[in-house]
Amino acid sequence: MAEPAVAAVETVEAEAPKKVVDPDFEPEIIVFACHYCAYAAADLAGSMRLQYPSNIRMIKLPCTGKLEVIHLLRAIEAGADGVYAAGCMEGECHYLKGNLWARKRVDHVKDLLAELGIEPERVEMFNMSSAMGVKFAEVATEFTQRIKELGPNPVRREGVSPHAAAREALGGVALPDEADSSAATVEEGSAE
Amino acid sequence: MITAERKPFDEIIELVGDKKKILVAGCDTCVAICLTGGEKEAEILASELRIKAGQDGRAVEVEHTAAIRQCEWEYLDMIAEKVEAADVVLSLACGIGIQSMAEKFAPQIVVPAVNTNMLGMPQEHAVWLERCGACGECVIGETAGVCPVVRCSKSLMNGPCGGSHDGLCEVTTPQKEDIECAWALIWERLKAQGREELMYVNRPPKNWSKSSSGGPRKMVREEAKPV
Repeated sequence: MAEPAVAAVETVEAEAPKKVVDPDFEPEIIVFACHYCAYAAADLAGSMRLQYPSNIRMIKLPCTGKLEVIHLLRAIEAGADGVYAAGCMEGECHYLKGNLWARKRVDHVKDLLAELGIEPERVEMFNMSSAMGVKFAEVATEFTQRIKELGPNPVRREGVSPHAAAREALGGVALPDEADSSAATVEEGSAE
Repeated sequence: MITAERKPFDEIIELVGDKKKILVAGCDTCVAICLTGGEKEAEILASELRIKAGQDGRAVEVEHTAAIRQCEWEYLDMIAEKVEAADVVLSLACGIGIQSMAEKFAPQIVVPAVNTNMLGMPQEHAVWLERCGACGECVIGETAGVCPVVRCSKSLMNGPCGGSHDGLCEVTTPQKEDIECAWALIWERLKAQGREELMYVNRPPKNWSKSSSGGPRKMVREEAKPV
């Protein structure tokens, strides 16, 4: 007799966190991608003609180990709805431990956001190899869905580009992204 | 070096109050080395404050800066303009730096964003251990280079006490980690030095008036004063 009761409770709990997703909400997500893995995986996903949401804006790094706490915070501050770092598989970092450092920093940012009353789930660390085009697309899709469920970043600021802010915070650390023609347009625009 | 830990964010928010123009001031000496209050950490705190303000829908201007050493007037001159333009200064320096700032820029409001906690030694990257209590009368010449004032939980001058077992103190750190018994360390090191007799010296009660118990201390080096 007890079993159905427990099952009923579980069902309620499982349904409770599901938020009403605003169909018009298109989150802006910043991805800090390692040149050696995730960035190449994104290329592969493209070659494989895999579909993934256009909500993600990539920034290429020489290694996720170059990512610092302030870079993630700047993106959130500028209104990014979600931010994630995508580095090499653990144990396969080109610079040995860069991805492990990145994970620690992402975890620290989660703590800081929790202290501020912002959902820590808005930042995440993922690992993948350059051969994982499918995983790249899956991560992008799942994370976008996660952010859609969380809703917009409460600190969204009009007229501020989280992608540009994150790039600016990174300074010379971010690698140029030839494929991203929109980035060039922004730079040209700001030079006027 | 002097070490400090950042205060909880809620406490910082309370200290800042409803001020609109906030300057987060780091110090690039001790607190930068202990990864708590350098320019990098000042930038992070400033960003957090802006995120918080954005979340609450409040218009707040937050800037960050850092002095090479907040505890010296000359270095404070370099950030004077920013300090004077702010409604409140949130300092990430140790207690000395914060007070120097509050004194130099009085009546500017300077509030601490950190709790200064000890004179510590880096044991490994990102781990610090207390090593000196600045007691004003150093005894480590007789205790084989181990300070009983801060490394013995009871600051005993004639240890060990009954709480010493297998080289460990009966007290643990706030993180619930074991503390080495200072007097067990002293004994082992004196033995290695062949100076066991120092263990049997009866040390009279320490003169704490040379420590902070004697009131605020002042040090003057006459020979070094400008002519």
